Amino acid sequence: MSEAAALDTHAEGFHDESEPSLTPGNTGKLGMWVFLAGDAMTFGAGIAAYGALRWYNVNWPNPADWLGITLTAVMTFILICSSLTMVEALSGVQRGNIKRMQFFLGLTVVGGLIFLGCQASEWHHLIWGEGLSIKTSLFSATFFILTGFHGMHVSGGVIYLATLLLRSFGKEATAHEAKLVEVAGLYWHFVDLVWILIFTFVYLI
Amino acid sequence: MAETAAVHAPHGAVEHHDGPSYIAVFIYLTLLTGAELGVYGMGLPKTVMVGALVALALTKAALVAMFFMHLAMERKGLWIIAVIPLVIVAFCYLMLRPDLSRRSWASHQEDVVIGHHEEPAEALPQIPQGKALTNADQPADSQVGQPNAAPAGGNSPSGTAASPAPEGGASPSAQSQPAAP
Repeated sequence: MSEAAALDTHAEGFHDESEPSLTPGNTGKLGMWVFLAGDAMTFGAGIAAYGALRWYNVNWPNPADWLGITLTAVMTFILICSSLTMVEALSGVQRGNIKRMQFFLGLTVVGGLIFLGCQASEWHHLIWGEGLSIKTSLFSATFFILTGFHGMHVSGGVIYLATLLLRSFGKEATAHEAKLVEVAGLYWHFVDLVWILIFTFVYLI
Repeated sequence: MAETAAVHAPHGAVEHHDGPSYIAVFIYLTLLTGAELGVYGMGLPKTVMVGALVALALTKAALVAMFFMHLAMERKGLWIIAVIPLVIVAFCYLMLRPDLSRRSWASHQEDVVIGHHEEPAEALPQIPQGKALTNADQPADSQVGQPNAAPAGGNSPSGTAASPAPEGGASPSAQSQPAAP
């Protein structure tokens, strides 16, 4: 009996009384939600500080004078696309199609890498082309902290998903595999959600 | 043993969520992003534009949370975990605002150095602390609670933290360079 089959046997025949009531059948999902709640507070504190610093500041520069709105809109679209491929990967494994899961998980990783490449290009232009640094002004400090912290999350997500993809080769589409992809998907969609807010608050407004 | 997850799915271990198709959510998100760019480029009054953009962004974030993250299909108790950070963040923001509204840059128009700040700090004339923000320089409402104008950095015009220049509008470096390229 394969390892995957053993895991399924475990899922089928074992009923844990301590199973979390909020996410029945997937303890990892509850754990990820709790982690994301903490992460949301960190991001939220950053965005709240940014908003509070900027709200009354009549000297705040127009972001469009410094930041490329077109490039960032493309980056936003790429992350939205990667969220779609992520849910398609989950849908694939839930239907027992491991190849479909691997295909869409690979696309999600590629989307994350393209996003990071765009962000690296933007930072390179701002730092070496425009002379901005994290200590130049409140504008630049909040920009680099917010986008940098988000970029770190995207990097972590790419590593997370790539690991999930690599370890899936040679395995079957089991319930256990589906749970892992679902939990990873929660993280990736959260990263997308945060970028949606950063795009609006930092770039457009 | 090559059975699938769906076959193995006992007790709802593999969940097929019923809701709008993922493609539909993707299309909504794309259209809303396009709407954001449209609002951004329409030249609306600032207040209207900000309100519209925030509403669009929150709608997009809600779509991602509800359908891509399956919050709409999960048990209602999970909403508590999702909502608590929002409440705390709103609290943080509201606690910060009263203090920040009284800072010097809250209502003191300046030319601000943003990038290419190459002027050496030693070349700046030394102005006594507290002189830059005189009573004449700032509106009455911004003087409240400001006995010590500001430490360098956080209170400098638009936060030109790299420069030890005095507060307020007296910074020659700020006057000599444009705010934007």
